[in-house]
Amino acid sequence: MTSTSPAMRLSLSLEAAGRPRVNVEGEVKRAVELARRRMAFAAVLFAFSFIVLAGRIAEIALLGGADAPVGAREAAEHTVGRADIVDRNGALIATNLPTASLYADPRAVIDVDETARALAGALPGLDVDHLRRKLASPRSFVWLERGLAPAQQAGVHALGLPGIAFVDEERRVYPQGSLLAHVLGYTDIDNQGIAGVEKTLDETLRRQAIDGKGPLALSLDVCAQAILREELARSVETFRALGATGLILDPTNGEVLALASLPDFDPNQPVSEATDEQRFNRATLGVYEMGSIFKVFTTAMALDYGVVGLADGFDATSPIRVARYTINDTHPKARWLSVPEVFIYSSNIGSAKMGAAVGAERQRAFLDRVGLLDPLTLELPEVGQPMEPGTWGELTTMTVAFGHGVAVTPIQTAAAFAALVNGGTLIHPTLLKRAPGPVPGKRVVDKTTSDVMRALLRLVVVDGTGKGANVPGYSVGGKTGTAEKASARGYRRDALLSSFIAAFPMDAPRFVVLVTLDEPKGTEETFGYATGGWTAAPTVRRIIERLAPLYGLAPVAHEPIEDEMAVTFGGTSTLASLSAP
Amino acid sequence: MITLARADRSLVARWWWSVDRWTLAAILLLALIGALLGMAASPAVAERIGVAPFHFVHRQLAYLPLAVAVLIGTSLLSADGVRRVALAGFGVGLVLLAATPIVGDEIKGATRWLSLGGLTIQPSEFVKPTFAVVAAWLFAGQRWDPAFPGNVVAIALLALVVGLLARQPDVGMATMVTVVWCAQFFLAGLALGWLVLCALGGVGLLGLGYVLLPHVSDRIDQFLDPSSGDTYQSDVAMMAIEQGGFFGRGPGQGQVKDILPDAHADYIFAVAAEEFGSLACLLIIVLFAFVTLRAFARASGDRSLFGLLAVTGLATQFGLQALINMAVNVRLLPPKGMTLPFVSYGGSSLLALALGMGMLLALTRRRYDGGAEP
Repeated sequence: MTSTSPAMRLSLSLEAAGRPRVNVEGEVKRAVELARRRMAFAAVLFAFSFIVLAGRIAEIALLGGADAPVGAREAAEHTVGRADIVDRNGALIATNLPTASLYADPRAVIDVDETARALAGALPGLDVDHLRRKLASPRSFVWLERGLAPAQQAGVHALGLPGIAFVDEERRVYPQGSLLAHVLGYTDIDNQGIAGVEKTLDETLRRQAIDGKGPLALSLDVCAQAILREELARSVETFRALGATGLILDPTNGEVLALASLPDFDPNQPVSEATDEQRFNRATLGVYEMGSIFKVFTTAMALDYGVVGLADGFDATSPIRVARYTINDTHPKARWLSVPEVFIYSSNIGSAKMGAAVGAERQRAFLDRVGLLDPLTLELPEVGQPMEPGTWGELTTMTVAFGHGVAVTPIQTAAAFAALVNGGTLIHPTLLKRAPGPVPGKRVVDKTTSDVMRALLRLVVVDGTGKGANVPGYSVGGKTGTAEKASARGYRRDALLSSFIAAFPMDAPRFVVLVTLDEPKGTEETFGYATGGWTAAPTVRRIIERLAPLYGLAPVAHEPIEDEMAVTFGGTSTLASLSAP
Repeated sequence: MITLARADRSLVARWWWSVDRWTLAAILLLALIGALLGMAASPAVAERIGVAPFHFVHRQLAYLPLAVAVLIGTSLLSADGVRRVALAGFGVGLVLLAATPIVGDEIKGATRWLSLGGLTIQPSEFVKPTFAVVAAWLFAGQRWDPAFPGNVVAIALLALVVGLLARQPDVGMATMVTVVWCAQFFLAGLALGWLVLCALGGVGLLGLGYVLLPHVSDRIDQFLDPSSGDTYQSDVAMMAIEQGGFFGRGPGQGQVKDILPDAHADYIFAVAAEEFGSLACLLIIVLFAFVTLRAFARASGDRSLFGLLAVTGLATQFGLQALINMAVNVRLLPPKGMTLPFVSYGGSSLLALALGMGMLLALTRRRYDGGAEP
């Protein structure tokens, strides 16, 4: 009882008013007791709260209880994992590089002007006014720049600007540059496939990345692709062509080993910089009248239907006049031609008559059977719809027989061609690597028809229009095709689509090679000719010269196909004996 | 080391043997942690607002000895001394609080600060602890002598303080003062029915605040639905805690301090989590829990109702402020600008806390009479 506070003095003075002191003390004691009990309650409440807090800390540290910020969540939706793509031998052709993308939460930006200036200083590609507008927007998330290089990211990071943050992203990279541009396609800035295999197999690639299944293997071979693209480019330059397309196909299982379309683009660069022409895939999206290459189908169908035999022939002495059209020969012999002669000299007149002999209905049925009248589904979104005449009359039958009137894509031409040389089975082409072993297909012609076709195709290269494609020791067989390009005012004599389709080795073809040049111009070496035999055939030859050794094929002194031809053509492999009487 | 004999009857010796040295040590440790974290967090903030990198560190370090002096000086007081200091402090604080809207500086839409010769102080920070002690005295006085109108005066003073705080406006501080006041009234024997009414009134007031004050409604909306608006600071704070893991990224390695505007103040806890890890955070939590609960324990041994109520009020204030700040950092509560006692940057708040905890230390000193009322 040493201190006497004002309150106590007050209470003491009130006490003097007559209240017994002991009662007050007792009451105070009870009050203290009550306070103690209630305090215990408050203390428990506090202890509980502190424990909850500690638990929450542990939860976040252990389980990462934090939701990503709205901005980052939004950004994460843009980023999807994508599996790598490799060629048939495992060479990397599409992969991802980690990059950082810069975004802002404008509401967290403290000083818009200063932030915009600082960012523009660190990233010279950005415009200050544009940035300012973005940073002043009322949204919670705006992209500022995508795909920053590490040095750029470090530069921006060092600015320490509030409201500015990065999202780790992946950028699709194509190590082979433009080599496989039309096969691979490309992705948009959010890594969504928007063309080529990247688009068709978008789901697969993402699922494979999630499942950790490793890369997706294509059927393509970068070496074969490099050969094809290089030789096409060389011919485009030599013949001053507008463009070119080509493909290499395995006729035994439908695997596409190479597929190129020129001009092409670099999918690593913004695709918006490429022209429409560059982005156009001629091999699968473009439809063309393939010209004399169709005579392969005409001959095969005539033989397969039994309409003609090898000993039969057609009168090609004079042009055919149907309605107001005249069908002429490019290499006129002006005489009776046997079926093999019609084929190897590429006689339009003979083929037209052969087609007419088969008839419109059966012709259409056959072309349909080998898949030339429907779009060919492929692991690419860029697939062209073939065009056929509305009415399929006699004239149509004749023109289609030598390759005018029906427009098809190069890849379906190659697939149908493959069926005629592989024993008669149509196999759906694919860009994906197939497991070894037989591949189911659809029988479209008899094996004997296929055997005869192989012999005839070989003969074209030995003695006919396709000599330019011959590679000694490799039994190359093939067929030229030269189509006049159609324009609004009819066919243009000066604008050609020159092609050559080949297979080798002809006794058991392992490769089908198709080359098509768009508007090649003749050179001195070709004596001004720009036809398939003079332009596309030598291109095919050079491709085969480089491709065959790559696949371990050695040239042989005695080509087995010659024996087959001797049997097929009745004891001789020379043309003389095949001439019509 | 100076050793003080227990027989020594000097003021210092008596203080040393009677003061709660564990609580004192915990408070000093918190202040030390605060200084360390301030060094980590505030240079980034300083750089951002364009002052010298160690501007905040220097200021905080200048305040720190002053705060320790206030803390220890106040803890030397007797219970009566505490009462007088609190009364005087409360009186001055009220006057300054009333003056603030007239002569104060407006910062971020609220007028809470007074400039006093180069020193900016926030009068409400000083009103808060002194009011707790004054209220304790009033409640205790009523129990001591029912004729003393303690309750009525306490209610009137609360209305006055809350009114002045609402004028600034400072809803957080007003809520805090009211909650502490209610807790004291509850301990002082308020009937449970009244308490329920009080709680309802509190909810009603919060609802009123939600309806009338846009920034209050914004914050609560965002807490209930994080996607509805700007949760930037709390998002980043959460990421920081997650990033830090158990052991942290290491001193100076944190990144939130670069992007959080309030890294050195309201979100210092997140900086601690990122740089020093969740274990450091747990240490901080333990320290706060220790100080709070130990004060409760000491107070329950107090035979004087005034001491008991005053200590409880001060401890509740201290513990609640710490809890709310940390709960906001881990997104258990909607964002509320409340500093982490002794750890967050803030000179005026540091001094006020030193005063409050000094009073708490003074009232929890071991007394030979068990603290019984005279």
